[in-house]
Amino acid sequence: MLRLDEIVAGYGRARVLHGVSLSLERGEILCLMGRNGAGKTTLLRAIMGLVPLSGGAITLGDERLDRLPAHRVPRAGLGYVPQGRRLFAGLSVAENLEIGLMARGGDSGLRDEVLGLFPRLAARLGQRAETLSGGEQQMLALARALCLRPDVLLLDEPTEGLQPSMIAAIREVVAARRDAGVAVLLVEQRLDAVLPVADRVAFLENGRMGPVVSAGALRADRSVADRYLGV
Amino acid sequence: MRVLALHLGLLAVLGALHFALPAYHHGNLARVMVLASYGIGYNLLFGYAGLLSLGHALFFASGMYGAGMLVQHGGAGAGAAMLAGTVAAAAVAGLLALVALRTRGVAFMIVTLMFAQAGYLTILYFGDWTGGDEGFVMAQAGQMLGGIDLGTPGARYLAALALFSACLMGSLALARAPFGRVLVAIRENEERARMLGYDTQAHKRGAMILSGAISGAAGAAYAILFGYVGASFAEVQYSILPLLWVLLGGAGTVLGPFVGALFMFYLIDLASGVTSAYMLIAGVALVLLTLYAPQGLMGEVRRRLWRGLP
Repeated sequence: MLRLDEIVAGYGRARVLHGVSLSLERGEILCLMGRNGAGKTTLLRAIMGLVPLSGGAITLGDERLDRLPAHRVPRAGLGYVPQGRRLFAGLSVAENLEIGLMARGGDSGLRDEVLGLFPRLAARLGQRAETLSGGEQQMLALARALCLRPDVLLLDEPTEGLQPSMIAAIREVVAARRDAGVAVLLVEQRLDAVLPVADRVAFLENGRMGPVVSAGALRADRSVADRYLGV
Repeated sequence: MRVLALHLGLLAVLGALHFALPAYHHGNLARVMVLASYGIGYNLLFGYAGLLSLGHALFFASGMYGAGMLVQHGGAGAGAAMLAGTVAAAAVAGLLALVALRTRGVAFMIVTLMFAQAGYLTILYFGDWTGGDEGFVMAQAGQMLGGIDLGTPGARYLAALALFSACLMGSLALARAPFGRVLVAIRENEERARMLGYDTQAHKRGAMILSGAISGAAGAAYAILFGYVGASFAEVQYSILPLLWVLLGGAGTVLGPFVGALFMFYLIDLASGVTSAYMLIAGVALVLLTLYAPQGLMGEVRRRLWRGLP
């Protein structure tokens, strides 16, 4: 479904990704892991067109995403929840969702469907986004991305700094989207946070792709993770 | 419904004041309504899209000179002059957008300021056509619309009210329309807006052209209603004034530009009656407002009393 072929990308002259290849299938959660500075966030930003490629190709189905301007990438079917949430902080929960829904032509059925996934947000529609708790903000960021009805969901450390109950709630929604056929590329730092939901785990080191292993194999033997995530 | 009633109510009050105000305040309010229309144009770009321009005098003056020069050199009436001024300002804004929107933040402020200064110097350079530093008084034909002389106090007030009504209700409609909401999203976080699939550059370009057109319409109306076209309206002061009106009244609120322009106009008017150091009084009042109502007057109303106020 989503395919990365030998992509090379970076900032100015500094190369961060050195020929990364990866494929993501419909209805799976692929977790991307690596140490700080490995290039995980840059990889997601490159997929979204926010970091220009200097080599390689990114395709979704038959469409070359790397040839689209950045604002056309979400319309091709990608939803992106960046690290740090990046909400429209001064706007209410309802207005944040509205902006997302307008991009899909203002589908009110979709609004109810998304709010059904996040009952806590439904109770806070008039509240300004910046006054929500960290977990609620993350829910809103995820809900807004789901307003695009994406085929592929890119999540950058969605459970960072959240309490366990919030992590469980978000994990549940992500797993439900996977079961509905959405492909999820999930960036995380902590293995324990992803093993309960991941289907496969890919490791990135210094901008180069490491092994891609099944979550089951990793549960049985964590030595690969220790090698790529250990100090 | 309450929102619509509030805005229509204000227009009704302004209409009623036409019959009640003494001549001095009647003339002042006509001027304030034209200037508030200019503020509405500024607010569209700054208050909604979050683009702080220091060059809006270029658009105001483009409208003013577009209208005035067509009257002086083409013998046009007020209708054609108004249209010409508006189109001229929109065209100038479109051209400036091509350059200025490649920048952001402080660079955007500097680029807009420099282009406005270039516009001011152009007016001075082509003095044979523009009247240079002294400007020119509009021919009376340029104040005529369908046999009505817009230079008379009554017609002037009603024409100013018509312009202000169109700008105010247009601004209200825009604030509620998808275009206006996307501008707010851009102001809040441009990259996120882009990642939701919005072409933020196209939206900002549209906002700049619309803002320029409204500012230009106000400039053209000023020339037609008050009968004077002058280079002083192209100076940097006329870029700062709408910023102050919008900040005082409440950036990103529909009523803010009117409230700010009215407040500032009468603050200076009243202070100048007390002392020759009237700008000092105005300055202190502005500092106090900034300290105690940092979101502007209507912004504070929205924050404290009426969350849904557009």
